[in-house]
Amino acid sequence: MKYLEEFSNPELAGKLLDRIHAAATRRWAIMEVCGGQTHSIIRHGIDQLLPDEIEMIHGPGCPVCVTPLEIIDRALAIAAQPEVIFCSFGDMLRVPGSSRDLFRIKSAGGDVRVVYSPLDALRIARENPDRQVVFFGIGFETTAPANAMTVYQAKRLGIKNFSLLVSHVLVPPAISAIMESPACRVQAFLAAGHVCSVMGTTEYPTLAERYRVPIVVTGFEPLDILEGIRRTVLQLESGRHEVENAYARAVTTEGNPAAQAMLLDVFERTDRVWRGIGMIPGSGWRLSSRYADFDAENRFDVRGIRTEESTLCRSGEVLQGLIKPHECAAFGKECTPRNPLGATMVSSEGACAAYYLYRRLELTPAASHG
Amino acid sequence: MAEHARTPVDTPAPVDTPAPVDTPAPVDTPAPVDFDGWTCPVPLRDSPTIVMGHGGGGAMSGELIEHLFLPAFGDAAAAELGDSAVLPTPGGRLAFSTDSFVVKPMFFPGGNIGDLAVNGTVNDLAMSGARPLYLSTAFILEEGTALAEINRIATTIGHAAAAAGVRLVTGDTKVVDSGHGDGVFINTAGIGVIDDGVDIRPQRATPGDVVMISGPIGVHGVAIMSCREGLEFGTCIETDSAPLNGLVQAMIATGADIHVLRDPTRGGVAASLNEIAKAAAVGIDLVERDLPIPEIVANACSLLGLDPLQVANEGKLIAIVAERDAEQVLAAMQAHEYGKEAAVIGRCGPAHPGMVVARTALGGNRVVDLPIGEQLPRIC
Amino acid sequence: MCLAVPGRIIRLYEADDTVMSDVDFGGVVKQVCLQYIPDAVVGDYVIVHVGFALQKLDEESALATLANFERLGIIEEEFGDGFALAAKQAGVPMSDLNGASR
Repeated sequence: MKYLEEFSNPELAGKLLDRIHAAATRRWAIMEVCGGQTHSIIRHGIDQLLPDEIEMIHGPGCPVCVTPLEIIDRALAIAAQPEVIFCSFGDMLRVPGSSRDLFRIKSAGGDVRVVYSPLDALRIARENPDRQVVFFGIGFETTAPANAMTVYQAKRLGIKNFSLLVSHVLVPPAISAIMESPACRVQAFLAAGHVCSVMGTTEYPTLAERYRVPIVVTGFEPLDILEGIRRTVLQLESGRHEVENAYARAVTTEGNPAAQAMLLDVFERTDRVWRGIGMIPGSGWRLSSRYADFDAENRFDVRGIRTEESTLCRSGEVLQGLIKPHECAAFGKECTPRNPLGATMVSSEGACAAYYLYRRLELTPAASHG
Repeated sequence: MAEHARTPVDTPAPVDTPAPVDTPAPVDTPAPVDFDGWTCPVPLRDSPTIVMGHGGGGAMSGELIEHLFLPAFGDAAAAELGDSAVLPTPGGRLAFSTDSFVVKPMFFPGGNIGDLAVNGTVNDLAMSGARPLYLSTAFILEEGTALAEINRIATTIGHAAAAAGVRLVTGDTKVVDSGHGDGVFINTAGIGVIDDGVDIRPQRATPGDVVMISGPIGVHGVAIMSCREGLEFGTCIETDSAPLNGLVQAMIATGADIHVLRDPTRGGVAASLNEIAKAAAVGIDLVERDLPIPEIVANACSLLGLDPLQVANEGKLIAIVAERDAEQVLAAMQAHEYGKEAAVIGRCGPAHPGMVVARTALGGNRVVDLPIGEQLPRIC
Repeated sequence: MCLAVPGRIIRLYEADDTVMSDVDFGGVVKQVCLQYIPDAVVGDYVIVHVGFALQKLDEESALATLANFERLGIIEEEFGDGFALAAKQAGVPMSDLNGASR
């Protein structure tokens, strides 16, 4: 794919790595916010190739991992209802609720369908006027415009059998929450490139200033990640804490005004409980009152659900970068991608799954490798 | 199967075509269904769809066999059809395999469920080094399925069997209530013969062996995904479904020490290599740069967030060969129609037994894990 | 999050008063909503996430970035990163040089 492959060029990656090795003189802990960046780092083996001085702390930028348990349980309750066609991104299918997941609901006869885009769910609603179609609207700011447009269309076109179960989370409040945590070790951030494609970079200078951390807007291909790290290390080494855009081909300072206007209309800020982290004030979006009719939480009576997290699961500490996945006692034993206890083991860029899938080699005691 | 001798097929009168299936035109052009001579009651005879009576074993079933299946199967079908196929005992060891095919959609770019039903079992037999000889075909048909669709599938089965050089010797048809099947389910079972001296099984993978693939990966899975609801995308990629028994025999004929053969179907190369690594307790090291991945497969996977190593193949095989014979086997593969783009993709080794590890293009490494369940597109 | 890939717009059309398009991702064509990129035209590259174009891809910027990477070793040693390189070679932490501490 043009403008994608070029950013995986191994020779250029080598040059960037050389620059990083040359620049780093002491230990630095950098958090990449976005789960897609975590996936890329581990899948290409970038963390193995960085100098020992650089520690990448995997952030909570995996909307799958941080979707509140209460919302998952509500989704499961809705999906289990016979008149419902429950549509979702593939990522959510295996995320464990208190006792089940969407995949098991599907096996038990629930009509659960994986779609690529929320517009597919709207089409399904039009094709099935006698069923209730619910779309699971999770994601960060990147996905919010798509979900917003979909419910906006539903309202405009009067597609009454469609509703949205919303659980959007926002990056800047998460950065604040991480930096305010007493055990925080993060010294710099790679900001999420595609979130900034939508929102621009204007929310970040305040954070960089308040917490004295470099924030470098970074893409997802290997060269993008390495360039983001390179610029971050240069800032750290020279004592700067500024916002830089290392993903200029897809990010402008002001972001996408048309998308932002839609977001203002469709969503309003709310407090959100991040699974494994806890409540972060003003860190989420819910449907605004203008769209209350299309809110699945209003349409379906799913109150009074008791949620129960696994007592063994330490995904919260993993999400905040306080422990590494293999330091959890359940890692690889009670908790595996096939039987995940928490969301970080389900999503392919949840830190635990990433470690399990890609890093078991080093973690296996008897391994010897070249 | 009820006793019926084959009768010559009259020049068929064309039948009203049901609503066209929204896919590219099939490779095999089936003869229209010949309703002349059907004895079932007129309203049913003129019904272009399957009804419960077609599975009842009586006159209607017989006509379905005689007027649809047998003509469609063509030369590949055995001339005599008794209750069971009576076959000569071949020399050597017997290989026996069965597989059921439930793919949705049934018609996809480049083929249909009929191709998979024949090639799937032919290839399972071939992967143990057997020469496939005979297949059975059992159908479970949903009431209401269009006869024209079944005709297309059956015609494809006939062509695929002829191409693979196997005989269709027995079979069965049952009908289920509508809503209980999804159109057509097919089971095929196959018998083959393994010549003396051939010993091909996963346990034989040994450190030092060379791992090869017969051609580009991920093709079938992407072709299927391109027409699956909720994921549709436009592409010109077609399934790679193919019979690999000829390729396997060409490889065996070199006299090389072939240890393992495996066709990486569901779960892709990742699943097959993991199974082999565990069975043989060896480690397998892949080199990502050496994996032949067509650009369109790579792009579709990038779009949906999938790993090409986990995407299904229906016309490819993995060969694990003793090091000293690897070059010879590779040459034999490349000389064959279905192995032209064969490539070395890795090696077996003593490190990390039971695990498959890939060296990334950047020079790091990552574990290639066994896929869990169906591959799902992701947004993250 | 945010699996988004660049593709080229090959066709524009309207559906339900919404600007839609066919976008080509290297041979894979998908329907994409262009409502958020009002000035997009056929031939433009856009970044697409779950069926929506979120930004135009700035082709000039992309090529400039790649060119920068190509020149990286040369530029740094000639100009910018000299301090960092010297410090590392001397085994002196950068923070000591700048007087700033972390």
